Amino acid sequence: MTDYRTWERRTPRQRIGRYVLILLGIVAAAISWQLLQINYSYLGTAPVEFMDLINRMYPPNVGYTGEIITPLIETVHIAILGTALAVLLSVPVSLLGAENTTLNRYTFLLGKFIISASRSVNVIIWALVFVIVFGSGALAGTLAVAVRSIGFCSKLIAEAIEEIDPGQVEAITATGANPIEAAIYGIVPQIKPAFIGVATYRWDINVRASTIIGFVGAGGIGVELNTSINIFAWRQVLTILLAILGIVIVSEVVSAYLRRKVR
Amino acid sequence: MLSVTDLQKTYPSGDEALKGVSLDVTGNQTVAMIGPSGAGKSTFIRCVNRLTEPTGGSVELDGLDVTGLSGTELREARRDMGMIFQEYNLIERLTVMENVLSGRLGYVSTWDAFRRKFAGDDIARAYEVLERVGLEDHENNRADELSGGQRQRVGIARAVLQRPKILLVDEPTSSLDPETSRDVMDLLTEIADEDDIPVLINIHEVDLAEEYAERIVGLRDGRKVFEGDPEELDGTARGQIYRGEEIPEGAGPTGKVRAEAGVSGDSTAEEGNIRRT
Amino acid sequence: MATEQSPRRTWSRPTAFYNHYVKWAVYVVITVFLLWSAWNMRISPARAVEGWDAAVGLVQGMVPPEFTTQFKNELLIEGLVESVAMSVVATIVGVILSIPVAFMAAENIAPRPVYWTGRGIITGSRALHELIIAIIAVKAVGIGALAGVIALSYKTIGFFAKLLAEEIEDIDAGQMEAVEATGASRIQTLLFGVVPQVMPRIVGLTIYRWDINIRHSTIVGIVGAGGIGATLLNAFDKYDYDFFLTIIIAIIAVVMLGELISTYVRGRIQ
Ligand SMILES: Nc1ncnc2c1ncn2[C@@H]1O[C@H](COP(=O)(O)OP(=O)(O)OP(=O)(O)O)[C@@H](O)[C@H]1O
Ligand SMILES: [Mg+2]
Repeated sequence: MTDYRTWERRTPRQRIGRYVLILLGIVAAAISWQLLQINYSYLGTAPVEFMDLINRMYPPNVGYTGEIITPLIETVHIAILGTALAVLLSVPVSLLGAENTTLNRYTFLLGKFIISASRSVNVIIWALVFVIVFGSGALAGTLAVAVRSIGFCSKLIAEAIEEIDPGQVEAITATGANPIEAAIYGIVPQIKPAFIGVATYRWDINVRASTIIGFVGAGGIGVELNTSINIFAWRQVLTILLAILGIVIVSEVVSAYLRRKVR
Repeated sequence: MLSVTDLQKTYPSGDEALKGVSLDVTGNQTVAMIGPSGAGKSTFIRCVNRLTEPTGGSVELDGLDVTGLSGTELREARRDMGMIFQEYNLIERLTVMENVLSGRLGYVSTWDAFRRKFAGDDIARAYEVLERVGLEDHENNRADELSGGQRQRVGIARAVLQRPKILLVDEPTSSLDPETSRDVMDLLTEIADEDDIPVLINIHEVDLAEEYAERIVGLRDGRKVFEGDPEELDGTARGQIYRGEEIPEGAGPTGKVRAEAGVSGDSTAEEGNIRRT
Repeated sequence: MATEQSPRRTWSRPTAFYNHYVKWAVYVVITVFLLWSAWNMRISPARAVEGWDAAVGLVQGMVPPEFTTQFKNELLIEGLVESVAMSVVATIVGVILSIPVAFMAAENIAPRPVYWTGRGIITGSRALHELIIAIIAVKAVGIGALAGVIALSYKTIGFFAKLLAEEIEDIDAGQMEAVEATGASRIQTLLFGVVPQVMPRIVGLTIYRWDINIRHSTIVGIVGAGGIGATLLNAFDKYDYDFFLTIIIAIIAVVMLGELISTYVRGRIQ
C-alpha cells in the first residue's frame, strides 16, 4: 500500500521535473549553439584538417629530444616545488579552516576565505598574475601552482581534521601533554593517510598544470610547446606531447606507489 | 588521596549532570561508581582531571586544588592522574610502544616527543609494563591490529607509565566480553595493590563492582544516593540507585528481604547491561 | 623481571621503508631534490624586492577594477556569454560522444578488444591538459569558439566515460539478464536493461561536468579557443590591469554561479 502511494505521489512530479530539465537543456543548447555562430564549413573540414595535422606530426622528431630535456626537468621542478609549497602552507590554513582546531570565528573565516580565494582562480590566471610580478620563468609558474593548490589541499585536509576521533586527542591531553604534543600524537597520525592522499592527488594534477603554464611564459615545457606550434614545427610538437605523456604516466605510477605505502 | 567536594556540572545545553557530589578516595582502595545511564558517572571522572570543566565544587589531589589550575600547572596535575577509557582511545595508527610511551608526554619536551625520543628509563619501564599487562612482543604492532582486550591493556599500560597517584577508569569493560572483562578488572586491582594507588572505576556491571571493589558509590541523576561496602549494596540500595525508589521505612536486612534482593539484583544487573550502549 | 638480563633501554619505530638507512636515504634524496628545484628558480633577494615593487604596482594598477566604459563592458559580457555557451554545447556534444565510449569501457558488458579500445580513448583524453588540446584544435580549425568546443568536448569524454563506465560496472546484473531472457538483442538489452539503471547518474554527471566545463571555457581563450580568456589575455598584454581584475572577478562570479546551480540541481535530482 505504501509502495502504491509513493509511486502515485512521486512519479508525476518526477516526470514533470524531468521534462522541465530536458526542455531547459534543449533550450540552453539551442541558444548556446545559436550564440556561438559556428562556421560549419570549418566543422566540415575539421576531420580532414586533423588527419592532415597528424600526418604532419608523424614521425616525431627524435633529434629534438635532447633540446627538451631541460624544460622537461623544469616542468617537474615546478610541479614538485609547487606541490611541496602548497602542502606546507596548507597545514596552517587547514588548521584555521577546520571547525575543531580553529582559534575563533575570525580565524575560521580567514581560513575559509583563503581556501575559496585560491580555488576560484584557475592556475593559468594565477600564472599571469605572477608573471606580472616576477617576470617570465619558473618562479612565476611554481608560485601559481602553489597558490592554486593551497585551497584544494587545505579544503580536503580541513575536512579530514574535522572527522578525527576526538577521543584520541583527549587521551593524550589526559596524560598531561601540551597542546602541540596532543596534536602531534592525537591529530597527525589520524590525518596522515588523508594528507598523503591529498598531496599525491594534487601532485598528479600539478604535473599536468605545469605543462601548460608555459603558454603565458611561466616556465616549463609549455614554453617550448607554444613556440613549436607557432612555428608549425609539428614533428617537434609530437615529440613534446609524447614526452608530456611520459611524465604524466611516471608521476601517476609514483603517486600510486606512495599512496599504497601509507596505509 | 583524592578529595572531591560538592562537585557540580551543568552543561551549556542545560543538562545538570552533577548536582553536588562529594567523594574521598584514599590509600590503595578500589572504588566502583555505579548508576544508571546518564547518572553523571563519566562527567564526574572527567571533571576530576578537567577534561570537562566543572561548574562548581572542588577537586583536591594530595592537597593540591586541581580546580584552580591552568596551563602548565594543570598539565602537571594531569600527569598524576592516569585515565583509562571505555573506547580505549588509543592512537590507532601508532605502534603499541608509542601508545605506551605517550604516557610520558607530560615529562618530555615537544621536540623530543616529535622525534619519539624518550629516556632509556622510560623505555625500559615500558617494556616492563607491557610484560606485566601480558603484551610482551607486541610493542611493534600497530594498535589497530589488536583485539579489544589487548587494546584496553595498552590503555592501562599507558596510564601506568605515567606513575600516577590515582587511576581514573571510565567503564573499562563495557566494550569487552565477560571473560576479558574479568582479566581487565583483575589487572586493575592488581596494579592498585602493587603500585599502592587508589583506583576509581565507573562500571555498569554490578556483579563486577561487587566482586572487585572495596567500596561502592551509587550515583543517580547527578546525586550520590549510596556509598558503602559491597555487602551493604542490598536490594533496597539497588532500587534506590537504579529505579529511584524511596528508602522504605523500617526495611531491615532480614533473610527474606535479602532473598528478594537477590532476584531484583539480577534484574538490575541486566538493566545495566542493556543500557550500557 | 629483576632476574632477566639487563632490560632493553632503546626502541626505534619500525619504518615503512626497508630499514632506517633506506629511510634516511629517501629523506636526503627528497631534500636535495627540493633544494635543487629551489635553486633552479633563481630566487634572490634582489628578485624578491623587485617582485614586491611589481606586486605593489600591480595592485595599484588593478584597484579599483574598471566597470566604466561601455565598450569594455560589452566586451566582457560578450566573452562571458561565449564561454558559457561553449560550456553548454561542449557538455552536450561531449556527453553524447561519451556514452558509447562508456559502454565500450565497461568490463562487464564489452568484449575484451572493445574494452581496451574504450579504456585507450579515456586515457588519451585524460592525459593532456585542456589547454594543450585547445591549442592544437585552434591550429586545426582556426581561432574561435569551435576550437574551444572541440577541446572541451574531447576532455569531457575522458571524465564522463570513465565515471559512467564505473557506474555501469556496478549495475545489477539480474535486471540485464531479465531483459536478455526475453530474447532481446544486444542493443535492446543495453537500452532496456542498463540505460534505465544508469540514467540518474548520467544526468548528475552531465551537470557536474557542465560545472567543470564552465571553468575551463573561461580560460581556453588564452590560446585562442574562444570565450572570455582572449579578452583576459588582451588586457594582460596591454597592461590594462584594472580591466584585468574586472575580468577575473567576473570569471569568479560566473564560475561560482555555475557551481551553485550545479550543486542545487544535483541535490534536487537525488
Ligand atoms: N558534552 C555534553 N553536553 C551536554 N550534555 C552532556 C554532555 N555529556 C553528558 N551530558 C549529559 O550529562 C548527563 C550525564 O552524562 P554522563 O555521560 O556523565 O552519564 P553516565 O553516568 O556516564 O552515563 P553512561 O552510563 O551512559 O555512560 C546526561 O544527561 C547527559 O545527557
Ligand atoms: Mg559514561
